Amino acid sequence: MAKEKKEKVVENMETEVVAEDTRKVVLMQGNEAVARGALAAGLDFYAGYPITPSTEIAEILSEELPKKGGKFIQMEDEIASICAIIGASLAGAKAMTATSGPGFSLMQEGIGFAKATETPCVVVDVQRGGVSTGLPTKPSQGDIMQSKWGSHGDNPAIVLYPHTVKECYELAIRAINLSEKYRTCVTLLLDEVLGHMREAVKLPDISNVRIVNRLRPTVPPEWYKHYDENQKYISPVASYGEGYRFHVTGLAHDALGFPTNKASEVAAQMKRLKRKITHNIRDLVQIESYMMEDATVAIFAVGICARSAKAAIKAAREYGIKVGLLRPITIWPFPDDAVKKMLRDVDTIIVPELNEGQLINELHRLTKDKADGKIIPIQRSDGEMITPTHIFRVIKEAH
Amino acid sequence: MANIPQKVVHKYLRHNKKFPHVWCPGCSNGTTLGSIIRAIAELNYDRDGITMVSGIGCSSRMPVYVDFNTLHTLHGRALPFATGIKMQKPEQKVIVITGDGDATAIGGNHFIHACRRNIDITTIVLNNNIYGMTGGQYSPTTPTGDRATTSPYGNIDPVFDICELAMAAGATFVARTTAFHALETQDIIKKALEHKGFSVVEVVSACPVIYGRLNKKGGGPEMMMHMRDNSVPLKATEKMTPEQLEGKIVRGIFKQVNKLEYCDAYANLMSQFNVKEEAKK
Amino acid sequence: MVKKTSKSKDGQILTDGDALELMEVEITEEKENIDYKKSPVYIYYEWCKKCGICVAFCPTKCLGRHPDGSPFVEFPEKCIHCETCDRLCPDFAITGAKR
Repeated sequence: MAKEKKEKVVENMETEVVAEDTRKVVLMQGNEAVARGALAAGLDFYAGYPITPSTEIAEILSEELPKKGGKFIQMEDEIASICAIIGASLAGAKAMTATSGPGFSLMQEGIGFAKATETPCVVVDVQRGGVSTGLPTKPSQGDIMQSKWGSHGDNPAIVLYPHTVKECYELAIRAINLSEKYRTCVTLLLDEVLGHMREAVKLPDISNVRIVNRLRPTVPPEWYKHYDENQKYISPVASYGEGYRFHVTGLAHDALGFPTNKASEVAAQMKRLKRKITHNIRDLVQIESYMMEDATVAIFAVGICARSAKAAIKAAREYGIKVGLLRPITIWPFPDDAVKKMLRDVDTIIVPELNEGQLINELHRLTKDKADGKIIPIQRSDGEMITPTHIFRVIKEAH
Repeated sequence: MANIPQKVVHKYLRHNKKFPHVWCPGCSNGTTLGSIIRAIAELNYDRDGITMVSGIGCSSRMPVYVDFNTLHTLHGRALPFATGIKMQKPEQKVIVITGDGDATAIGGNHFIHACRRNIDITTIVLNNNIYGMTGGQYSPTTPTGDRATTSPYGNIDPVFDICELAMAAGATFVARTTAFHALETQDIIKKALEHKGFSVVEVVSACPVIYGRLNKKGGGPEMMMHMRDNSVPLKATEKMTPEQLEGKIVRGIFKQVNKLEYCDAYANLMSQFNVKEEAKK
Repeated sequence: MVKKTSKSKDGQILTDGDALELMEVEITEEKENIDYKKSPVYIYYEWCKKCGICVAFCPTKCLGRHPDGSPFVEFPEKCIHCETCDRLCPDFAITGAKR
């Protein structure tokens, strides 16, 4: 593949890799990259349940974790897996689980509990085809809305979406870092194709990786509040067995973690959860803007569709059409500003996605004038990928 | 009020929590909480070393009242949470408080697997034969024929024997007692806490305000009298005929065996890499 | 003066629609302050939910019961300090003073 000018302008990105990596090139599978990335970020605990196409993550971690004193356990189902990692996190561990669509649906109550109790953990959802058991070995991007709205009630969603094996590694680190920093459950969404495919990857040296640990309390136990209000909103978190003896409950709770029905205390909790996202958009949102400077047509895509888009862009550029790609790396919170800018700069936007319209709804949400010709969907949910030629044909028609 | 005798229990309750507690008049959960605390006091455990986890239901409102590391989880999921905590910190003494529905209905799958794994967790099942918190629906241990808000014509469901279930699934310490026999409860819980492996203690409990009223079994005192008069110690059952045993609550330790505990098994696995337990951050 | 209230005999507060007959309750003034040193048992009336278990299971029946269901020490001399009331009370509302 010709060394094309890959202009990776990643706005406001505090990259996980702080220094130029010098490691040799490695052929690595996407799932393996997720596992290795988690280990690099200091993963202590993994609980999971086998499900295609994410099982490789569990297999690798079952081999690697014991070597470094970490804990691996295969639970009886996905519900038990999410509960076990929350328990481990409350006991001080950096904890993760990985699953696919069906398991992700089972985990929703637990994910909501992790977010409500502000307990750091990471859930990896390697999406598979179709609805229900669908197409276990085929790709889809059908869990995008579920990754935000899956659990009942308003809860903050931080969801990252890699599109290369290298990015799987980096975003696994970033997911654990963000979960520790913001005391919540961060989701890593992968496409089955990315999870299973192998790519030549130059991984950063472990020493160059930026590790974030949760804020530790500095006050003695008598003054400790598990959800301290005046720490703005991310308060230090103690672990079980350190002398703090705090209480955690899924019920609406006050600063001490005790259940409450008082409206003011419940409002304070809900506001705190909301502000985690709204006050940190700059830190959370990462988006790749690829050849967008002179673009008249833009493609808005994530994950594996973005790979096809990049190939289509190359062909279209040679054909003389100025096309660019806007690719959210963080899909929740949704990069509203960058998308609004794109909507202003470009007259037509093509949205290829492997579902029946999920990302596109977010674009419609942001367009004032519902100019229908402006946003062109390419949607496939039959388990096959959207090919570069397909995108290229749509570019030509739209031009 | 200086000379008011301090109860053992008061030293372990959370002082910043509103008392009296949330349970109804005559409910056995309070009595059993007292027995649990007395067992812990007798063993002189350090409070920082105890983690009490509960699911959802009347009995699961217990941890918030005690001054340990406490966690009030999701309905039926206390055991996976506890497994995560125990695996991460094996030195913690993990106690799970759960109810008959919480443990054997929605939590049934986790219950049998925790038994199978023989992880060192003490599970106390407060069996009051009803879903009390939600107003009186029948549970897997509501006697067949009994009234509940969802069995107005009499419960047709057959019943679980929690101890049989636990023993069959592999728990290495299984016992049953009743809330009335508070001293026996205290003693059995003490043994369960000392037992290394998965221990299940079923405490037959009274729910007078809901189950008692729905089935005309009287108030708190009457239901405790029923426990007193209708239960037999395990040893006495050898000399009793099946007819005599009909409808009797059998109390005692049914099973107490030593088997490799799950965290030890994992530690053995890690020892091949001669890695010290990772220093706690 | 007599006040009609919906309470069952053993002091449990009943909601409407329950069949048990209503019970007349006279408002009783608190008896003179019991000297806790002599009384073998101390009762925390703030925590007591009047369930009647202590009264029912006291082996020597030294606990009496106010019409509103709350226990009181009727015969202090009969108490044998067995602490059954202390152990069975669901609300930790009664303490058996040491001998």
